[in-house]
Amino acid sequence: MLYYIFRRIIYIIPISLAVSLVCFMLVHIAPGDPIDAMVQPDTPQEVIDRVRAEYGLDRPLPVQFGVWLAKVAQGDFGTSLIKGRPVLPDLVSASGATFILACTGGLLGFVLGCVFGGLAGVYRGTWIDRILLGTAVAGVSVPHYWLGMVMVIIFSVNMNLLPAMGAGPGGSTEWAWDWAHIRYLILPSLTLAVIPAGIVTRTVRGLVSDIMSQDYITTLRGKGMRRRGIVWHVVKNAAPTVLAVIGLQLANLMGGSILVETVFAWPGTGMMLNTAIFQRDIPVLQATTLVLALFFVVLNLLVDLVQTAIDPRISRR
Amino acid sequence: MAVQPLVRARDLHVSFVSRDSTVKAVNGIDLDLVEGEVLCILGESGSGKSVTLRALMQLNPKGKTVMSGELNVAGNDMMTISDAKLSAMRGKVVSMIFQEPMTALDPVFTIGQQIGETLMRHEGIGYREAEKKALDLLELVQIPSAKRRLGAYPHELSGGLRQRAMIAMAISCRPKLLLADEPTTALDATVQIQILLLLRRLQQELGMGVVFVTHDLGVAGEIADRIAVMYAGRMVELGSVTDVMAKPLHPYAQGLMGATVHAGNRGKRLTTIPGSPPDLRFPIPGCAFAPRCQYVGDACREHVPDFRYPAEGRAVRCVKAEEVAAA
Repeated sequence: MLYYIFRRIIYIIPISLAVSLVCFMLVHIAPGDPIDAMVQPDTPQEVIDRVRAEYGLDRPLPVQFGVWLAKVAQGDFGTSLIKGRPVLPDLVSASGATFILACTGGLLGFVLGCVFGGLAGVYRGTWIDRILLGTAVAGVSVPHYWLGMVMVIIFSVNMNLLPAMGAGPGGSTEWAWDWAHIRYLILPSLTLAVIPAGIVTRTVRGLVSDIMSQDYITTLRGKGMRRRGIVWHVVKNAAPTVLAVIGLQLANLMGGSILVETVFAWPGTGMMLNTAIFQRDIPVLQATTLVLALFFVVLNLLVDLVQTAIDPRISRR
Repeated sequence: MAVQPLVRARDLHVSFVSRDSTVKAVNGIDLDLVEGEVLCILGESGSGKSVTLRALMQLNPKGKTVMSGELNVAGNDMMTISDAKLSAMRGKVVSMIFQEPMTALDPVFTIGQQIGETLMRHEGIGYREAEKKALDLLELVQIPSAKRRLGAYPHELSGGLRQRAMIAMAISCRPKLLLADEPTTALDATVQIQILLLLRRLQQELGMGVVFVTHDLGVAGEIADRIAVMYAGRMVELGSVTDVMAKPLHPYAQGLMGATVHAGNRGKRLTTIPGSPPDLRFPIPGCAFAPRCQYVGDACREHVPDFRYPAEGRAVRCVKAEEVAAA
């Protein structure tokens, strides 16, 4: 088992290399030139060329990639073309903000999803099931940025209960776990929780319903096991798949909260990406995409390891 | 001295109700079993034998099942028993072993855990002690390397070992009544014999009453004291195993014996019973076997024949029993 873990960790290296290559290529395939966006429209060509050479943007692509990769390996994620500051510190604090939002939204979504899905699975076919399933489908179908805006309209504008934007009073980016900050977290995390809640509900419902129709559940009833014992068996059988889905959803949340962060002006990686895309800020784009993709890779690995650990049917060699 | 019967069923009916149809799986059976006796319910697929077996433990799906009649198991009225008492009975007083051990055992728990949890549920012991007892049980059912096998998962065992594990689980709390739903059907022939001999030995050692459901006459001959032949949800013949197998009285039972390879048929052609069993959604007014019977008469088609008792301990549901016997 230890050897299995070691092997999987080693695999991360080629995977990360491939991921970074794709991130690098994507940015350069997109139309739009950052230098043109930066300088005045009627700047002479020599000036443009000189600026370009300064940023190293005139060298062949493989060279640019190699240079960038070497710097990343040393921890230098480059300098923002627009802000002129190093990328890394901003990326770190933005990642922290997104992490808080993703974990809160994720936790809400997963707990709701497991509860709803479990109930729907056990009472499949009844009105309970219909209501819960309908809610889940609605949750997955509704565009969450629209939902975010509606929440802002209702709770911030009309009822003036909760703030509409930002992650702290006065636009601060320093986080603290006090009510003044948490009230900024409520609306965005609720909005973010809706999609994972829907997905987890449907997954858990299908799993639980399937498990309940298995022969071994009849055996358990035939042995005289009480409800609690049967629930434990259902949970342990559902756990590997549910944990895998939750893990992947968490990765999604980390990388995919762009829209929600934009609606609520939450200073996370999503907003950072959004801004960088519009500004063609290549170093920022590359660094952010790489970090998010790597997060995916690591989370995937964790999910695989957890599944192998708890499902005895998976080979451990 | 009147011994209280272990199982007593009178006019038991079991139907499955769904939106489209009602299937009358069991149409009025009587069943008697005393302690220490082995009764074999013999019948083909769709005869209602598994449904009858599960009805004895109220194990049929709750929402869809409709039961009527009288059913008394180990002194408890099963028609009115509370859920709590039912749950306490299952596994402790009456236990079941199933046909397919691969699906009947939970794949993510070890067999040690699955046997242990039965013991912990009914005997209130802790995990350590349950594990020790589980080990003893594995040795009782003759699983080799029992200690290692305690930590094995069902998919790591062969079919025969899985079935032994299930038997160990079922007898762990020394039930008075063991219900066996075709436990050897899914095993190879050599393993079948081993399991049957094991069951017989355990039955004798523990003094359990056993209701064994099978479609295989050979299996019935090996393990039963008495046989009840079932067809289309009714018992059509009852008697001791030697009597019924040597001299079947019901045309269906006769057909079964004629279609099976056994010593009595040596040198003769096997016969077949023409036709197929009736669809239990549409019950027939008279004898269910009438469409396929060679002795059929008008009286057969009019009403369901009552039991006749040609000898002590023998019962036949056929108006032409004497005629059939003479054949």
